[in-house]
Amino acid sequence: MYNFDFEQPASVEAAVAALQAEDTLPLSGGQTLIPSMKQRLNAPAKLVSLTGIDALKGVSVDGGTLTIGAATTHATVAAEATAYPALAALAGGIGDPAVRNRGTIGGSLANNDPSACYPSAVLGTGATVVTNAREIAADDFFDGVFTTALEEGEIITAVKFPIPEKANYQKFEQPASRFALTGVFVAKTADGVRVAVTGASEEGVFRWTEAEEALSANFTPEAVDGLTASADGLISDLHGTPQYRASLIKTLTKRAVAAA
Amino acid sequence: MTEVKMTVNGREVSGDVEGRTLLSTFLRENLGLTGTHVGCDTSQCGACVVHVNGKAVKSCTMFAQEAAGADVATIEGQAGADGSLNTIQQAFQDYHGLQCGFCTPGMVMSAAALLKENPKPTEAEIRNYLEGNICRCTGYHNIVRAIMAASGQDVPAVAAE
Repeated sequence: MYNFDFEQPASVEAAVAALQAEDTLPLSGGQTLIPSMKQRLNAPAKLVSLTGIDALKGVSVDGGTLTIGAATTHATVAAEATAYPALAALAGGIGDPAVRNRGTIGGSLANNDPSACYPSAVLGTGATVVTNAREIAADDFFDGVFTTALEEGEIITAVKFPIPEKANYQKFEQPASRFALTGVFVAKTADGVRVAVTGASEEGVFRWTEAEEALSANFTPEAVDGLTASADGLISDLHGTPQYRASLIKTLTKRAVAAA
Repeated sequence: MTEVKMTVNGREVSGDVEGRTLLSTFLRENLGLTGTHVGCDTSQCGACVVHVNGKAVKSCTMFAQEAAGADVATIEGQAGADGSLNTIQQAFQDYHGLQCGFCTPGMVMSAAALLKENPKPTEAEIRNYLEGNICRCTGYHNIVRAIMAASGQDVPAVAAE
């Protein structure tokens, strides 16, 4: 790994100011960034650690909204997001225990790995990503593989989830990486049903709108029986063909509805 | 270089580190605590698991400066001052929970974290918790049995799967 300067500010303002410097990246839990720096896929001149900022940590509920600070670890979400059990279960299934003690929700979303779990929960719940500058709706946040609406130097401060009536996440795990080979997050709210799919598309997390319509009319596993998820644009790798992933999308959607 | 200070196994320590110095490197090279093993260096294997403020983490995937001021526990701090093995270590010996021994420091530290969270885990909970600890001798059954024993439970005859 190439060397870099390390800075650990105590406030969001100080972190945003530090990120103005050239060739500087924010560091959250580091469970993706550090391995990628070891491989020299990333070689910043400076890292600004966000995990020393207490204002970015914690889980709270206000009415029907669950708010999670961006630097909250997966383990903390798994233990404390009891108001939203499907989300807590998703967080408790990311990586392994040691990874969950370091990795954070903000880091996962900013990275937007096409096979990460959290993007499906954020898109599938219609959550709001809060940054130091603005609020971004989930539908506007994810912008393709490893790409988001975040501007240079903009950091996520929190994520606000409207707590759905019912929800469930089904992950078909790639056993070596523990990422989702394909994962489906289903949420039923007063406004209808949302279905978000991760791990499957070359464009990253996406909504399966045909299933959303069918499930909004009839929230049962059988409602998607007549549908076929398209294999166009799905990932093809040694773990699965696009057709296999398309089949998984449908199967996992049905399982999620049954378990919700 | 920046001076970093932390508590390791109850002892105040300090050392000069670069930005890129990993916690595992600091423990092994600055402090000479080579019980923390670096197996894969890609966050997969868990041989480098230590506790930072009571939480199991992969010390190869955390910078030393991120642990500044933290309370770190490594495998060296597990045995008693007189060298007597703690309950988990003794159970690993009694149940032959190691073959080559390379993964053992991480296994013991993960087991300690598990038993602190969940003092009487089921076999399935143990296997699930050890998801991030790889034993390339594939000696998992005896590791699971050792942890069952360390938690004071009956040790099942674990069938080969």
